[in-house]
Amino acid sequence: MSSEPKTPDGLLSPERRKVLETAARGVVGAAVAGVALTAHQKSAEALPTLAIRPPGALADETKFLSACVRCGLCVRACPYDTLKLADLGDRVAGGSPYFIARTVPCEMCEDIPCVKACPTGALDHALVDINRAKMGTAVLVDEENCLNFLGLRCDVCYRDCPVIDKAITLELESNPRTRKHAIFRPTVHAEHCTGCGKCEKSCVLEEAAIKVLPLKVARGELGRHYRLGWEEYKKNQGPLIKDVIDLPDRAPNDVTPPSGVPDAPPIIDPTKMKGWKP
Amino acid sequence: MTALTPSPRLNREARLATADAMPQRGFFARNRYLLARRASQILVLALFLTGPLFGVWIAKGTIASSMTFDVLPLTDPLMLVQMLAARHWPEGLALIGAVIVAVFYALVSGRTYCSWVCPINPVTDLAFWTREKLGLQAKGWQPRPGTRHFILAMVVVVSALTGAIAWELVNPITMAFRAVVFGSTAALTFVAAVFLFDLFVARRGWCSHLCPVGAFYGLLGSGALLRISAGRRAACDHCMDCYGVCPEPHVISPALEGAKKGLSPVILSRDCTACGRCIDVCDRHVFRFTHRFDVSETAEGGTHRSNCSGEKP
Repeated sequence: MSSEPKTPDGLLSPERRKVLETAARGVVGAAVAGVALTAHQKSAEALPTLAIRPPGALADETKFLSACVRCGLCVRACPYDTLKLADLGDRVAGGSPYFIARTVPCEMCEDIPCVKACPTGALDHALVDINRAKMGTAVLVDEENCLNFLGLRCDVCYRDCPVIDKAITLELESNPRTRKHAIFRPTVHAEHCTGCGKCEKSCVLEEAAIKVLPLKVARGELGRHYRLGWEEYKKNQGPLIKDVIDLPDRAPNDVTPPSGVPDAPPIIDPTKMKGWKP
Repeated sequence: MTALTPSPRLNREARLATADAMPQRGFFARNRYLLARRASQILVLALFLTGPLFGVWIAKGTIASSMTFDVLPLTDPLMLVQMLAARHWPEGLALIGAVIVAVFYALVSGRTYCSWVCPINPVTDLAFWTREKLGLQAKGWQPRPGTRHFILAMVVVVSALTGAIAWELVNPITMAFRAVVFGSTAALTFVAAVFLFDLFVARRGWCSHLCPVGAFYGLLGSGALLRISAGRRAACDHCMDCYGVCPEPHVISPALEGAKKGLSPVILSRDCTACGRCIDVCDRHVFRFTHRFDVSETAEGGTHRSNCSGEKP
Protein backbone atom coordinates (compact mmCIF):
# COMPACT_ATOMS: atom_id res chain seq x y z
CA MET A 1 0.00 0.00 0.00
CA SER A 2 2.53 2.56 1.11
CA SER A 3 5.65 2.90 -0.99
CA GLU A 4 7.64 4.31 1.91
CA PRO A 5 10.33 2.03 3.23
CA LYS A 6 9.24 0.21 6.35
CA THR A 7 10.98 1.22 9.53
CA PRO A 8 11.79 -1.64 11.89
CA ASP A 9 9.57 -0.15 14.58
CA GLY A 10 6.74 0.71 12.20
CA LEU A 11 3.29 -0.78 12.15
CA LEU A 12 4.36 -3.79 10.18
CA SER A 13 7.63 -4.52 11.91
CA PRO A 14 8.09 -8.25 12.49
CA GLU A 15 8.08 -7.89 16.26
CA ARG A 16 4.89 -5.94 16.23
CA ARG A 17 3.26 -8.35 13.81
CA LYS A 18 4.18 -11.20 16.09
CA VAL A 19 2.66 -9.51 19.11
CA LEU A 20 -0.50 -8.69 17.19
CA GLU A 21 -0.71 -12.19 15.80
CA THR A 22 -0.30 -13.73 19.24
CA ALA A 23 -2.94 -11.43 20.66
CA ALA A 24 -5.31 -12.16 17.79
CA ARG A 25 -4.81 -15.90 18.16
CA GLY A 26 -5.43 -15.75 21.86
CA VAL A 27 -8.47 -13.51 21.64
CA VAL A 28 -10.08 -15.36 18.74
CA GLY A 29 -9.29 -18.77 20.21
CA ALA A 30 -10.71 -17.77 23.58
CA ALA A 31 -13.74 -16.21 21.87
CA VAL A 32 -14.49 -19.42 19.94
CA ALA A 33 -14.23 -21.44 23.14
CA GLY A 34 -16.31 -18.78 24.86
CA VAL A 35 -19.10 -19.04 22.29
CA ALA A 36 -19.18 -22.81 22.76
CA LEU A 37 -19.24 -22.41 26.54
CA THR A 38 -22.00 -19.78 26.30
CA ALA A 39 -24.11 -22.07 24.14
CA HIS A 40 -23.51 -24.92 26.57
CA GLN A 41 -24.44 -22.64 29.47
CA LYS A 42 -27.67 -21.55 27.79
CA SER A 43 -28.73 -25.12 27.06
CA ALA A 44 -27.84 -26.13 30.62
CA GLU A 45 -30.44 -23.68 31.87
CA ALA A 46 -33.23 -25.76 30.33
CA LEU A 47 -34.19 -27.51 33.54
CA PRO A 48 -36.40 -30.57 32.95
CA THR A 49 -39.88 -29.95 34.35
CA LEU A 50 -39.67 -32.88 36.76
CA ALA A 51 -36.39 -31.72 38.30
CA ILE A 52 -37.23 -29.56 41.30
CA ARG A 53 -34.78 -27.19 42.95
CA PRO A 54 -34.46 -27.17 46.77
CA PRO A 55 -36.57 -24.78 48.86
CA GLY A 56 -35.58 -21.15 48.54
CA ALA A 57 -33.77 -21.68 45.24
CA LEU A 58 -33.60 -18.41 43.34
CA ALA A 59 -36.63 -18.57 41.08
CA ASP A 60 -34.94 -17.69 37.83
CA GLU A 61 -32.76 -20.60 36.68
CA THR A 62 -30.02 -18.31 35.34
CA LYS A 63 -30.02 -16.42 38.62
CA PHE A 64 -29.76 -19.71 40.48
CA LEU A 65 -26.81 -20.79 38.35
CA SER A 66 -25.11 -17.45 38.97
CA ALA A 67 -25.05 -18.30 42.66
CA CYS A 68 -24.85 -22.07 43.00
CA VAL A 69 -21.24 -23.31 43.25
CA ARG A 70 -22.29 -26.99 43.21
CA CYS A 71 -20.69 -27.62 46.58
CA GLY A 72 -23.37 -30.04 47.73
CA LEU A 73 -23.63 -28.60 51.24
CA CYS A 74 -27.44 -28.55 50.86
CA VAL A 75 -27.32 -32.23 49.91
CA ARG A 76 -25.29 -32.97 53.03
CA ALA A 77 -27.73 -30.95 55.15
CA CYS A 78 -30.82 -32.75 53.86
CA PRO A 79 -31.83 -35.33 56.50
CA TYR A 80 -33.99 -37.34 54.10
CA ASP A 81 -31.55 -37.77 51.20
CA THR A 82 -34.05 -35.96 49.04
CA LEU A 83 -31.55 -33.75 47.29
CA LYS A 84 -28.90 -34.98 44.94
CA LEU A 85 -26.28 -33.37 42.77
CA ALA A 86 -26.81 -33.56 39.04
CA ASP A 87 -24.47 -35.93 37.31
CA LEU A 88 -23.55 -35.77 33.65
CA GLY A 89 -26.54 -37.02 31.69
CA ASP A 90 -29.17 -35.92 34.21
CA ARG A 91 -29.91 -32.96 31.94
CA VAL A 92 -29.70 -30.69 34.96
CA ALA A 93 -26.78 -28.23 35.08
CA GLY A 94 -23.83 -30.36 36.21
CA GLY A 95 -23.37 -30.64 39.96
CA SER A 96 -26.39 -28.54 40.90
CA PRO A 97 -28.87 -29.83 43.51
CA TYR A 98 -32.33 -31.05 42.61
CA PHE A 99 -34.86 -33.70 43.47
CA ILE A 100 -37.47 -35.75 41.66
CA ALA A 101 -40.68 -35.62 43.68
CA ARG A 102 -41.89 -39.01 42.53
CA THR A 103 -38.66 -40.58 43.82
CA VAL A 104 -38.13 -38.71 47.10
CA PRO A 105 -40.20 -35.62 47.84
CA CYS A 106 -39.20 -32.73 50.11
CA GLU A 107 -40.25 -33.36 53.69
CA MET A 108 -40.46 -29.65 54.45
CA CYS A 109 -38.23 -29.52 57.55
CA GLU A 110 -39.27 -26.64 59.74
CA ASP A 111 -35.71 -25.41 60.22
CA ILE A 112 -34.91 -25.72 56.47
CA PRO A 113 -31.34 -27.03 56.96
CA CYS A 114 -30.56 -27.03 53.23
CA VAL A 115 -31.14 -23.29 52.98
CA LYS A 116 -29.08 -22.63 56.10
CA ALA A 117 -26.20 -24.68 54.72
CA CYS A 118 -26.05 -22.83 51.40
CA PRO A 119 -22.92 -20.65 51.53
CA THR A 120 -23.75 -18.48 48.54
CA GLY A 121 -27.42 -17.65 48.85
CA ALA A 122 -28.38 -19.68 45.79
CA LEU A 123 -30.94 -20.95 48.27
CA ASP A 124 -32.31 -17.67 49.53
CA HIS A 125 -31.68 -17.23 53.25
CA ALA A 126 -34.72 -14.95 53.38
CA LEU A 127 -36.84 -18.09 53.37
CA VAL A 128 -37.40 -18.89 57.05
CA ASP A 129 -40.91 -20.34 56.93
CA ILE A 130 -40.96 -23.55 54.91
CA ASN A 131 -44.68 -23.08 54.26
CA ARG A 132 -43.77 -20.11 52.11
CA ALA A 133 -41.43 -22.14 49.92
CA LYS A 134 -42.19 -22.13 46.22
CA MET A 135 -40.31 -25.08 44.75
CA GLY A 136 -43.04 -25.34 42.15
CA THR A 137 -46.70 -26.07 42.37
CA ALA A 138 -48.72 -29.25 42.21
CA VAL A 139 -51.04 -29.56 39.25
CA LEU A 140 -53.62 -32.29 38.79
CA VAL A 141 -52.50 -32.93 35.27
CA ASP A 142 -54.61 -35.95 34.42
CA GLU A 143 -58.28 -35.58 35.32
CA GLU A 144 -59.14 -38.58 33.19
CA ASN A 145 -57.18 -41.04 35.29
CA CYS A 146 -57.34 -39.46 38.73
CA LEU A 147 -59.36 -41.90 40.85
CA ASN A 148 -61.22 -39.10 42.60
CA PHE A 149 -62.25 -37.69 39.25
CA LEU A 150 -63.55 -41.14 38.35
CA GLY A 151 -65.81 -40.89 41.37
CA LEU A 152 -63.74 -43.14 43.66
CA ARG A 153 -62.53 -42.07 47.05
CA CYS A 154 -58.77 -42.13 46.81
CA ASP A 155 -57.93 -38.76 48.42
CA VAL A 156 -54.35 -39.87 49.02
CA CYS A 157 -52.77 -36.71 47.62
CA TYR A 158 -55.10 -34.62 49.76
CA ARG A 159 -54.39 -36.65 52.91
CA ASP A 160 -50.64 -36.59 52.34
CA CYS A 161 -50.43 -32.87 51.69
CA PRO A 162 -48.45 -31.15 54.50
CA VAL A 163 -50.58 -28.05 53.91
CA ILE A 164 -53.83 -30.04 53.81
CA ASP A 165 -57.05 -28.06 53.30
CA LYS A 166 -55.08 -25.07 52.14
CA ALA A 167 -52.84 -26.28 49.32
CA ILE A 168 -55.17 -29.11 48.34
CA THR A 169 -58.90 -29.12 49.04
CA LEU A 170 -61.57 -31.57 48.01
CA GLU A 171 -64.31 -29.82 46.09
CA LEU A 172 -67.69 -31.49 46.05
CA GLU A 173 -69.31 -32.10 42.70
CA SER A 174 -72.06 -34.26 41.34
CA ASN A 175 -70.95 -37.37 39.50
CA PRO A 176 -72.48 -37.10 36.01
CA ARG A 177 -71.88 -40.81 35.31
CA THR A 178 -74.00 -42.23 38.12
CA ARG A 179 -76.14 -39.14 38.59
CA LYS A 180 -76.43 -39.92 42.28
CA HIS A 181 -72.88 -40.03 43.63
CA ALA A 182 -70.41 -37.32 44.37
CA ILE A 183 -66.99 -36.49 42.98
CA PHE A 184 -64.48 -35.17 45.46
CA ARG A 185 -62.33 -33.15 43.15
CA PRO A 186 -58.75 -32.61 44.51
CA THR A 187 -58.07 -28.96 43.88
CA VAL A 188 -54.66 -27.32 44.26
CA HIS A 189 -54.45 -23.77 45.48
CA ALA A 190 -51.10 -22.58 44.22
CA GLU A 191 -51.02 -19.73 46.70
CA HIS A 192 -50.49 -22.24 49.51
CA CYS A 193 -48.69 -25.02 47.63
CA THR A 194 -44.96 -25.23 48.42
CA GLY A 195 -44.19 -27.69 45.64
CA CYS A 196 -42.85 -30.27 48.09
CA GLY A 197 -44.12 -33.11 45.90
CA LYS A 198 -45.62 -35.32 48.62
CA CYS A 199 -48.85 -35.53 46.60
CA GLU A 200 -46.99 -36.62 43.48
CA LYS A 201 -45.05 -39.18 45.48
CA SER A 202 -48.18 -40.59 47.09
CA CYS A 203 -50.39 -40.74 43.99
CA VAL A 204 -51.44 -44.38 43.75
CA LEU A 205 -51.48 -44.52 39.96
CA GLU A 206 -48.68 -46.11 37.95
CA GLU A 207 -47.86 -42.64 36.70
CA ALA A 208 -48.88 -39.82 39.01
CA ALA A 209 -51.97 -37.89 37.96
CA ILE A 210 -50.84 -34.99 40.14
CA LYS A 211 -47.39 -33.58 39.48
CA VAL A 212 -45.26 -30.76 40.77
CA LEU A 213 -44.36 -28.44 37.95
CA PRO A 214 -42.19 -25.32 37.85
CA LEU A 215 -44.27 -22.22 38.47
CA LYS A 216 -43.47 -20.77 35.09
CA VAL A 217 -44.84 -23.91 33.45
CA ALA A 218 -47.82 -24.41 35.71
CA ARG A 219 -49.15 -20.93 36.19
CA GLY A 220 -50.84 -18.38 34.05
CA GLU A 221 -50.51 -14.72 34.76
CA LEU A 222 -53.05 -11.94 34.34
CA GLY A 223 -51.96 -8.94 32.38
CA ARG A 224 -50.79 -6.29 34.81
CA HIS A 225 -53.43 -3.90 33.57
CA TYR A 226 -56.18 -6.41 34.26
CA ARG A 227 -58.68 -5.66 37.03
CA LEU A 228 -61.25 -8.09 38.36
CA GLY A 229 -64.50 -6.14 38.52
CA TRP A 230 -65.89 -7.77 41.63
CA GLU A 231 -62.71 -7.24 43.59
CA GLU A 232 -62.47 -3.63 42.52
CA TYR A 233 -66.11 -3.29 43.58
CA LYS A 234 -65.25 -4.61 47.03
CA LYS A 235 -62.20 -2.39 47.37
CA ASN A 236 -64.17 0.65 46.30
CA GLN A 237 -67.22 -0.25 48.40
CA GLY A 238 -69.29 0.20 45.28
CA PRO A 239 -69.00 0.60 41.53
CA LEU A 240 -65.96 2.48 40.25
CA ILE A 241 -68.10 4.43 37.82
CA LYS A 242 -71.14 6.08 39.31
CA ASP A 243 -74.64 6.09 37.90
CA VAL A 244 -74.17 2.98 35.80
CA ILE A 245 -77.50 1.32 35.14
CA ASP A 246 -77.17 -2.33 36.13
CA LEU A 247 -79.63 -4.31 34.09
CA PRO A 248 -81.02 -7.46 35.77
CA ASP A 249 -79.04 -10.62 34.99
CA ARG A 250 -80.85 -13.37 33.19
CA ALA A 251 -80.64 -16.31 35.53
CA PRO A 252 -82.66 -19.38 36.44
CA ASN A 253 -84.80 -19.19 39.53
CA ASP A 254 -82.67 -21.45 41.70
CA VAL A 255 -79.68 -19.17 41.41
CA THR A 256 -79.23 -16.72 44.23
CA PRO A 257 -79.29 -13.12 43.26
CA PRO A 258 -75.89 -11.43 42.89
CA SER A 259 -74.57 -11.13 46.40
CA GLY A 260 -74.71 -7.40 46.48
CA VAL A 261 -72.15 -7.25 43.71
CA PRO A 262 -73.20 -6.47 40.16
CA ASP A 263 -72.38 -9.22 37.65
CA ALA A 264 -71.16 -11.58 40.37
CA PRO A 265 -70.87 -15.16 39.16
CA PRO A 266 -74.01 -17.17 39.95
CA ILE A 267 -73.65 -19.16 43.11
CA ILE A 268 -75.39 -22.48 43.20
CA ASP A 269 -77.26 -22.86 46.43
CA PRO A 270 -77.39 -26.55 47.34
CA THR A 271 -80.48 -26.00 49.47
CA LYS A 272 -82.46 -25.01 46.40
CA MET A 273 -81.28 -27.86 44.19
CA LYS A 274 -84.29 -30.17 44.57
CA GLY A 275 -85.53 -30.03 41.03
CA TRP A 276 -82.07 -29.88 39.49
CA LYS A 277 -81.28 -32.34 36.70
CA PRO A 278 -77.92 -32.76 35.12
CA MET B 1 9.88 -51.65 20.92
CA THR B 2 13.57 -51.57 20.11
CA ALA B 3 12.88 -49.14 17.28
CA LEU B 4 11.72 -46.54 19.77
CA THR B 5 14.11 -43.80 20.65
CA PRO B 6 15.03 -43.95 24.29
CA SER B 7 13.06 -41.62 26.56
CA PRO B 8 14.75 -39.13 28.87
CA ARG B 9 14.18 -41.57 31.71
CA LEU B 10 16.23 -44.21 29.89
CA ASN B 11 18.90 -41.63 29.33
CA ARG B 12 19.03 -41.08 33.00
CA GLU B 13 19.22 -44.80 33.74
CA ALA B 14 21.99 -45.16 31.21
CA ARG B 15 23.82 -42.25 32.71
CA LEU B 16 23.42 -43.70 36.18
CA ALA B 17 24.79 -47.02 34.95
CA THR B 18 27.98 -45.32 33.94
CA ALA B 19 27.83 -42.86 36.77
CA ASP B 20 31.17 -42.01 38.11
CA ALA B 21 30.71 -40.33 41.39
CA MET B 22 27.08 -40.02 42.38
CA PRO B 23 25.95 -42.52 44.98
CA GLN B 24 22.68 -44.24 44.15
CA ARG B 25 19.82 -42.66 46.05
CA GLY B 26 16.96 -44.75 47.30
CA PHE B 27 13.38 -44.76 46.06
CA PHE B 28 12.19 -42.69 48.98
CA ALA B 29 14.88 -40.07 48.53
CA ARG B 30 14.08 -39.78 44.85
CA ASN B 31 10.30 -39.50 45.40
CA ARG B 32 9.96 -37.71 48.70
CA TYR B 33 7.87 -34.79 47.52
CA LEU B 34 5.95 -36.85 45.01
CA LEU B 35 4.83 -39.16 47.82
CA ALA B 36 4.09 -36.19 50.06
CA ARG B 37 1.96 -34.63 47.34
CA ARG B 38 0.02 -37.82 46.72
CA ALA B 39 -0.56 -38.09 50.45
CA SER B 40 -1.76 -34.50 50.53
CA GLN B 41 -4.11 -35.03 47.58
CA ILE B 42 -5.53 -38.18 49.13
CA LEU B 43 -5.86 -36.43 52.50
CA VAL B 44 -7.94 -33.65 50.94
CA LEU B 45 -10.37 -36.20 49.50
CA ALA B 46 -10.28 -38.28 52.68
CA LEU B 47 -11.38 -35.30 54.79
CA PHE B 48 -14.55 -35.18 52.68
CA LEU B 49 -15.01 -38.95 52.59
CA THR B 50 -14.97 -39.84 56.28
CA GLY B 51 -18.50 -38.46 56.56
CA PRO B 52 -20.25 -40.39 53.81
CA LEU B 53 -18.22 -43.55 54.46
CA PHE B 54 -17.96 -43.70 58.24
CA GLY B 55 -20.32 -41.03 59.50
CA VAL B 56 -17.46 -38.99 60.93
CA TRP B 57 -17.88 -35.55 59.40
CA ILE B 58 -14.73 -33.53 59.00
CA ALA B 59 -15.28 -31.53 55.84
CA LYS B 60 -18.61 -31.21 54.07
CA GLY B 61 -19.21 -30.01 50.54
CA THR B 62 -16.64 -30.10 47.77
CA ILE B 63 -13.51 -28.28 46.76
CA ALA B 64 -15.77 -25.54 45.33
CA SER B 65 -17.08 -24.63 48.75
CA SER B 66 -16.87 -26.50 52.01
CA MET B 67 -17.44 -26.41 55.74
CA THR B 68 -14.86 -28.05 57.98
CA PHE B 69 -15.97 -29.13 61.45
CA ASP B 70 -19.01 -26.88 60.91
CA VAL B 71 -16.88 -23.83 61.65
CA LEU B 72 -14.35 -23.24 58.88
CA PRO B 73 -15.87 -22.14 55.57
CA LEU B 74 -13.65 -22.43 52.49
CA THR B 75 -14.66 -21.33 49.01
CA ASP B 76 -12.79 -21.36 45.73
CA PRO B 77 -12.03 -17.69 45.05
CA LEU B 78 -12.29 -18.22 41.28
CA MET B 79 -15.86 -19.35 41.92
CA LEU B 80 -16.45 -16.08 43.76
CA VAL B 81 -14.94 -14.09 40.88
CA GLN B 82 -17.28 -15.79 38.41
CA MET B 83 -20.22 -15.29 40.76
CA LEU B 84 -19.51 -11.59 41.05
CA ALA B 85 -19.06 -11.38 37.26
CA ALA B 86 -22.50 -12.99 36.98
CA ARG B 87 -23.77 -10.23 39.30
CA HIS B 88 -24.69 -12.33 42.30
CA TRP B 89 -23.65 -11.02 45.70
CA PRO B 90 -23.17 -14.11 47.89
CA GLU B 91 -23.98 -14.76 51.52
CA GLY B 92 -21.26 -14.08 54.06
CA LEU B 93 -20.12 -17.71 54.32
CA ALA B 94 -18.95 -17.88 50.72
CA LEU B 95 -17.29 -14.48 50.98
CA ILE B 96 -15.37 -15.33 54.14
CA GLY B 97 -14.43 -18.74 52.72
CA ALA B 98 -13.11 -17.24 49.51
CA VAL B 99 -11.10 -14.61 51.38
CA ILE B 100 -9.50 -17.26 53.61
CA VAL B 101 -8.50 -19.39 50.62
CA ALA B 102 -7.31 -16.40 48.58
CA VAL B 103 -5.17 -15.04 51.42
CA PHE B 104 -3.67 -18.47 52.06
CA TYR B 105 -2.61 -19.08 48.46
CA ALA B 106 -1.52 -15.47 47.93
CA LEU B 107 0.78 -15.76 50.92
CA VAL B 108 1.98 -19.35 50.70
CA SER B 109 2.14 -20.29 47.04
CA GLY B 110 -0.58 -19.94 44.44
CA ARG B 111 -0.04 -23.08 42.47
CA THR B 112 0.48 -25.39 45.40
CA TYR B 113 -3.27 -25.69 44.79
CA CYS B 114 -2.42 -27.46 41.54
CA SER B 115 0.26 -29.79 42.81
CA TRP B 116 -0.82 -30.50 46.37
CA VAL B 117 -4.62 -30.23 46.38
CA CYS B 118 -6.19 -30.54 42.93
CA PRO B 119 -7.56 -34.03 42.15
CA ILE B 120 -6.78 -33.60 38.46
CA ASN B 121 -3.06 -33.41 39.14
CA PRO B 122 -2.65 -37.19 39.67
CA VAL B 123 -4.65 -37.73 36.48
CA THR B 124 -2.44 -35.58 34.30
CA ASP B 125 0.67 -36.86 36.06
CA LEU B 126 -0.49 -40.36 35.21
CA ALA B 127 -0.99 -39.28 31.60
CA PHE B 128 2.56 -37.92 31.54
CA TRP B 129 3.94 -41.08 33.13
CA THR B 130 2.05 -43.19 30.57
CA ARG B 131 3.47 -41.07 27.77
CA GLU B 132 6.96 -41.81 29.00
CA LYS B 133 6.26 -45.51 29.42
CA LEU B 134 4.82 -45.69 25.92
CA GLY B 135 7.80 -43.76 24.64
CA LEU B 136 5.61 -41.10 23.06
CA GLN B 137 8.07 -38.50 21.90
CA ALA B 138 5.92 -35.99 20.10
CA LYS B 139 4.95 -33.07 22.30
CA GLY B 140 1.78 -32.73 20.30
CA TRP B 141 -0.14 -29.50 20.38
CA GLN B 142 1.67 -27.05 22.63
CA PRO B 143 -0.47 -23.95 23.15
CA ARG B 144 1.32 -20.68 23.74
CA PRO B 145 2.24 -19.72 27.30
CA GLY B 146 -0.48 -17.07 27.51
CA THR B 147 -3.28 -19.39 26.45
CA ARG B 148 -4.50 -20.23 29.94
CA HIS B 149 -4.82 -16.56 30.77
CA PHE B 150 -6.94 -16.01 27.69
CA ILE B 151 -9.12 -18.94 28.80
CA LEU B 152 -9.34 -17.48 32.30
CA ALA B 153 -10.44 -14.14 30.87
CA MET B 154 -12.92 -15.96 28.64
CA VAL B 155 -14.42 -17.78 31.63
CA VAL B 156 -15.00 -14.52 33.50
CA VAL B 157 -16.40 -12.82 30.39
CA VAL B 158 -18.78 -15.71 29.67
CA SER B 159 -19.91 -15.64 33.31
CA ALA B 160 -20.66 -11.96 32.93
CA LEU B 161 -22.44 -12.42 29.60
CA THR B 162 -24.58 -15.40 30.55
CA GLY B 163 -25.12 -14.29 34.14
CA ALA B 164 -24.17 -17.72 35.46
CA ILE B 165 -21.03 -19.39 36.77
CA ALA B 166 -19.62 -20.60 33.46
CA TRP B 167 -16.62 -22.76 34.21
CA GLU B 168 -18.54 -25.13 36.47
CA LEU B 169 -20.23 -26.64 33.43
CA VAL B 170 -16.99 -28.16 32.23
CA ASN B 171 -14.63 -27.94 35.19
CA PRO B 172 -12.96 -31.37 35.45
CA ILE B 173 -11.59 -30.52 38.91
CA THR B 174 -14.93 -30.26 40.65
CA MET B 175 -16.30 -33.07 38.50
CA ALA B 176 -13.56 -35.38 39.71
CA PHE B 177 -14.16 -34.21 43.25
CA ARG B 178 -17.90 -34.82 43.05
CA ALA B 179 -17.29 -38.19 41.47
CA VAL B 180 -15.31 -39.26 44.52
CA VAL B 181 -17.28 -37.50 47.23
CA PHE B 182 -20.83 -37.61 45.82
CA GLY B 183 -20.57 -40.56 43.46
CA SER B 184 -21.42 -38.56 40.32
CA THR B 185 -19.41 -40.98 38.27
CA ALA B 186 -20.76 -40.09 34.81
CA ALA B 187 -18.92 -36.78 35.12
CA LEU B 188 -15.67 -38.77 35.09
CA THR B 189 -16.07 -38.67 31.31
CA PHE B 190 -14.60 -35.18 31.45
CA VAL B 191 -11.74 -36.38 33.64
CA ALA B 192 -11.06 -39.21 31.19
CA ALA B 193 -11.10 -36.66 28.39
CA VAL B 194 -8.42 -34.64 30.17
CA PHE B 195 -6.33 -37.78 30.64
CA LEU B 196 -6.59 -38.77 26.97
CA PHE B 197 -5.97 -35.20 25.87
CA ASP B 198 -2.75 -35.11 27.88
CA LEU B 199 -1.76 -38.55 26.72
CA PHE B 200 -2.33 -38.27 23.00
CA VAL B 201 -2.99 -34.66 22.01
CA ALA B 202 -0.75 -32.43 24.05
CA ARG B 203 2.04 -33.26 26.44
CA ARG B 204 1.32 -31.60 29.80
CA GLY B 205 -1.56 -30.05 27.88
CA TRP B 206 -4.21 -29.45 30.49
CA CYS B 207 -2.53 -28.41 33.72
CA SER B 208 0.41 -26.61 32.18
CA HIS B 209 -1.24 -24.91 29.22
CA LEU B 210 -5.00 -24.65 29.40
CA CYS B 211 -6.50 -24.89 32.87
CA PRO B 212 -7.88 -21.47 33.87
CA VAL B 213 -8.07 -22.50 37.51
CA GLY B 214 -4.32 -23.07 37.57
CA ALA B 215 -3.83 -19.78 35.76
CA PHE B 216 -5.97 -18.05 38.38
CA TYR B 217 -4.07 -19.52 41.31
CA GLY B 218 -0.80 -18.69 39.55
CA LEU B 219 -1.83 -15.04 39.30
CA LEU B 220 -3.08 -15.11 42.87
CA GLY B 221 0.28 -16.40 44.11
CA SER B 222 2.47 -14.08 42.03
CA GLY B 223 4.07 -12.69 45.17
CA ALA B 224 3.73 -15.76 47.36
CA LEU B 225 6.44 -16.64 49.84
CA LEU B 226 7.05 -20.36 49.45
CA ARG B 227 9.48 -20.91 46.57
CA ILE B 228 11.97 -23.39 45.30
CA SER B 229 15.53 -22.18 44.97
CA ALA B 230 18.33 -23.58 42.84
CA GLY B 231 20.61 -22.65 45.69
CA ARG B 232 23.31 -25.13 44.74
CA ARG B 233 23.18 -24.32 41.04
CA ALA B 234 26.95 -24.25 40.97
CA ALA B 235 26.81 -28.04 41.48
CA CYS B 236 24.52 -28.59 38.49
CA ASP B 237 25.91 -31.03 35.93
CA HIS B 238 23.26 -30.22 33.32
CA CYS B 239 21.76 -33.69 33.29
CA MET B 240 18.38 -32.11 32.46
CA ASP B 241 16.50 -34.39 34.80
CA CYS B 242 14.72 -31.45 36.43
CA TYR B 243 13.56 -30.16 33.06
CA GLY B 244 12.35 -33.64 32.25
CA VAL B 245 10.07 -33.97 35.26
CA CYS B 246 9.01 -30.34 35.69
CA PRO B 247 5.43 -29.68 34.57
CA GLU B 248 6.41 -26.08 33.83
CA PRO B 249 10.04 -26.44 32.67
CA HIS B 250 10.35 -22.81 31.56
CA VAL B 251 10.38 -21.70 35.20
CA ILE B 252 13.67 -23.45 35.92
CA SER B 253 16.13 -21.88 33.53
CA PRO B 254 16.12 -18.27 34.86
CA ALA B 255 17.05 -19.60 38.30
CA LEU B 256 19.29 -22.50 37.32
CA GLU B 257 21.18 -20.88 34.45
CA GLY B 258 20.92 -17.29 35.59
CA ALA B 259 24.06 -17.06 37.65
CA LYS B 260 26.02 -15.30 34.93
CA LYS B 261 23.21 -12.82 34.32
CA GLY B 262 23.10 -12.10 38.01
CA LEU B 263 19.61 -13.61 38.38
CA SER B 264 18.37 -14.91 41.70
CA PRO B 265 18.59 -18.66 42.26
CA VAL B 266 14.99 -18.56 43.51
CA ILE B 267 12.36 -19.77 41.04
CA LEU B 268 10.13 -16.73 41.02
CA SER B 269 7.84 -17.59 38.11
CA ARG B 270 4.18 -17.68 39.12
CA ASP B 271 3.82 -20.78 36.93
CA CYS B 272 5.92 -22.89 39.31
CA THR B 273 3.59 -25.30 41.08
CA ALA B 274 6.04 -25.91 43.95
CA CYS B 275 5.59 -29.61 43.41
CA GLY B 276 9.15 -30.29 44.50
CA ARG B 277 9.74 -32.83 41.76
CA CYS B 278 13.00 -31.09 40.77
CA ILE B 279 14.23 -31.52 44.34
CA ASP B 280 13.32 -35.20 44.15
CA VAL B 281 15.13 -36.04 40.94
CA CYS B 282 18.25 -33.93 41.32
CA ASP B 283 21.17 -36.15 42.29
CA ARG B 284 23.28 -33.09 43.05
CA HIS B 285 20.88 -31.53 45.52
CA VAL B 286 20.66 -28.31 43.58
CA PHE B 287 17.11 -27.42 44.62
CA ARG B 288 15.46 -26.81 47.94
CA PHE B 289 12.27 -25.33 49.34
CA THR B 290 12.74 -21.87 50.76
CA HIS B 291 11.11 -18.43 50.80
CA ARG B 292 11.25 -15.94 47.98
CA PHE B 293 13.71 -13.59 49.68
CA ASP B 294 16.29 -16.30 50.38
CA VAL B 295 18.85 -15.68 47.66
CA SER B 296 21.64 -17.49 49.47
CA GLU B 297 23.70 -19.92 47.46
CA THR B 298 25.95 -22.78 48.29
CA ALA B 299 29.07 -23.33 46.25
CA GLU B 300 29.75 -26.69 44.64
CA GLY B 301 30.85 -29.24 47.17
CA GLY B 302 29.96 -27.02 50.06
CA THR B 303 28.26 -28.92 52.82
CA HIS B 304 26.84 -25.92 54.63
CA ARG B 305 24.41 -23.44 53.29
CA SER B 306 26.07 -20.09 52.97
CA ASN B 307 24.25 -17.33 54.70
CA CYS B 308 25.99 -14.59 52.82
CA SER B 309 23.60 -13.11 50.37
CA GLY B 310 24.11 -13.88 46.72
CA GLU B 311 23.38 -11.55 43.86
CA LYS B 312 20.25 -9.49 44.10
CA PRO B 313 17.76 -10.17 41.36
